[in-house]
Amino acid sequence: MNRILIIRMLVVLLLVLLFWLGTRNLKVVPGRAQVAFEFVTGFVRNSVIIETLGEKNGRRFMPLLFTIFFLTLGLNLTGIIPGLQIASTGLIGMPIIMAVVAYVVFVYAGIKEHGFFRYFKNQLILPGVPVVLVPFLALLEFLSTFILRPITLTLRLTMNMVAGHMLLVLCFLATHFFFFTVLADGNLLGLLGVGTFAFGIAFTLLELFVAALQAYVFTILTAIYIQFSVADEH
Amino acid sequence: MNVVGQLAPLAFGLAVIGSGIGVGIIVGKTIESVARQPELQGRLQGLMFLGIALTEALCFIAIAVAFIPFPAP
Repeated sequence: MNRILIIRMLVVLLLVLLFWLGTRNLKVVPGRAQVAFEFVTGFVRNSVIIETLGEKNGRRFMPLLFTIFFLTLGLNLTGIIPGLQIASTGLIGMPIIMAVVAYVVFVYAGIKEHGFFRYFKNQLILPGVPVVLVPFLALLEFLSTFILRPITLTLRLTMNMVAGHMLLVLCFLATHFFFFTVLADGNLLGLLGVGTFAFGIAFTLLELFVAALQAYVFTILTAIYIQFSVADEH
Repeated sequence: MNVVGQLAPLAFGLAVIGSGIGVGIIVGKTIESVARQPELQGRLQGLMFLGIALTEALCFIAIAVAFIPFPAP
């Protein structure tokens, strides 16, 4: 039981509490809290899920995609909260699990829709390709679809959070060094600490934006992969 | 002359040249398209962010490789 696990459990409890309070007394004419809640969930539902997957499949996969979006967003945001400054998606375990779940879901959706062999035939053999190139292209598509997709999903999320964390560490450590070591010795060069502090603030805002963006990208990529698996061939 | 240093940051720096050019092309073309048809701005902005995330995926794989401690020969 270390700090990272406590932070993750705290975030999950907070998300459950937020959703329970948000869906408790729904009125037809919403109050302000309900408007804010509906804004976020409406955005995820309409722009991400229904837009990519259509009505029927959208409703089928909505719980999974909602979970992925809000879990990623919540865990990313802990990277900038002072006190808990580690983004739990910056450690490779959590993104691996989310990417494996997304992988299993899109392969399962494709196999259930088309049948086992027709699904692989649809994914690997593209229409309109000369027969000579088909083995080479099938190998390339297999690599790209079944091996690289989960790897890139994991690494994109992890490395975004790791890189952001390291930038923030750099800026704030530099500020501490300039203020407490250099300036304390009377060297006026320590006023550069003001510059690095401003950079620290700017990078914190950038981290906020990147946290939301990475949650959006993970969700919409999973939705697009499911759509590619389930779509009929031309 | 003996030059000593670390190769991983240099390799990462070379790897992101292509990504930087790619992101520039995507954003430039989105701005151009919005200038031609301003009512599509919402939709094109979503597609732009998706394109940026896919193009930068290889940068992030490169920095992950830069952290792997390969054994010295």
